[in-house]
Amino acid sequence: MEFEGRDIISIRDFSLEEIRYILDSALRMEARMAEELCLLEGRILACLFFEPSTRTRLSFETAMKRLGGRVIGFSKAGVASVAKGENLTDTIKTVANYADVIVMRHPREGAARLAAEVSDVPVINAGDGSNQHPTQTLLDLYTIKKEKGRLDVTTAIVGDLKYGRTVHSLAHALAMFGAGLILVSPPGLEMPPEVLSDLRELGAEVTRSSLEEAVREAEVLYVTRIQKERFPDPEEYEKVKGAYKITPETLTKARDDLIVMHPLPRVDEISPEVDLTRHARYFQQVRNGIPVRMALLALVLGAE
Amino acid sequence: MERDIRVRKIKDGTVIDHITAGQALNVLKIIGFAEEFPKTTVTVAINVPSRKAGLKDIVKVEGRELRSEEVDKIALIAPKATINIIRDYRVVEKKKVSIPHKLEGVLKCANPNCITHFEPVKTVFMVERKDPIKLRCHYCERVMGEAEIVTQF
Repeated sequence: MEFEGRDIISIRDFSLEEIRYILDSALRMEARMAEELCLLEGRILACLFFEPSTRTRLSFETAMKRLGGRVIGFSKAGVASVAKGENLTDTIKTVANYADVIVMRHPREGAARLAAEVSDVPVINAGDGSNQHPTQTLLDLYTIKKEKGRLDVTTAIVGDLKYGRTVHSLAHALAMFGAGLILVSPPGLEMPPEVLSDLRELGAEVTRSSLEEAVREAEVLYVTRIQKERFPDPEEYEKVKGAYKITPETLTKARDDLIVMHPLPRVDEISPEVDLTRHARYFQQVRNGIPVRMALLALVLGAE
Repeated sequence: MERDIRVRKIKDGTVIDHITAGQALNVLKIIGFAEEFPKTTVTVAINVPSRKAGLKDIVKVEGRELRSEEVDKIALIAPKATINIIRDYRVVEKKKVSIPHKLEGVLKCANPNCITHFEPVKTVFMVERKDPIKLRCHYCERVMGEAEIVTQF
């Protein structure tokens, strides 16, 4: 399967076979994590973070360095030429001359697709506004596959289903694999109708439910933060913040093999006591980001 | 007699027939007759009985032929419309509108945070469904339906 030179912009761009291939490749990377790899020696990754990020940026930097490559970039648009008025297109065309691959996060939806069109080197989308975050989706799928051995799992998605880019791409990918989806959200933060209609067109069985029912039925409980920064109206945020909180008590009626996932950072959606239960998987999930991103970097640079 | 008045021929111009009933005024907005051609004679027929569609609208524009981007826009809201080019009272060309797979530079994205509003780039929409229309922005992936399209005309 050919990935060299390819951009990673949206989970919608990938077929089932391609997703499986990436996950298999990540599994091979994980097996080799203890080795000192030099697959990308002499290659440079540019991390362009026009919006703040800690874990995604560090995860990509770690992945590149574990493969023997080097990293350049910025993590605040304020220090970049953007602050001087340069448009995105020019920034990308310039950076494409310095680096072999670009990882970009940008506050506007569609920025990654545009960057990919003007860049001569592969672009990996690390989040474009509230649209897509495909590498998060791939590491979520990787975690589910590792934990459950399959992807057609009944998954309850809890929290902000309206603005959360993570949940839209994850729901799409899980629907492709035939998973059942249970949606749990506070009023006003429901899954947008066009996303729902996409999921149904993919043949997914989608139901809405209370948190209690969802916990009883699900094999995977995917909890998300209600993201203050995505709300156009701060009052709307105040109304729904803290709507759901997962505690060990919430999970008493769960299946034994339920796993709880969260893209992190969490605020108060999952109490720290849950970390000690047999259900918690969010720190394994975050660790899985490294082999998945190593696989993607190696694939698009033709080294895997 | 009444029927004769409705179908009275024009000398030169365009007859847009088989417009989805109720969409004639949006067609007028698309061809921008009020702003661009304030002296153009335009005849509008709304809810005309039609054997094929039950009811249809018709718009006749005298002395003017349509540009391709106008035809593309009309197709979005009236996918069964036909465009008849009239020269010297004769129909010299008759074609059905068709919705392409991809629309470039014709519409704006309804998502105010879409990158296309901030960078010098032509909008691109992929047509996912033709009737009723469903478009997806190639950049931000936001879906637009007829209601969001019509507000742009």
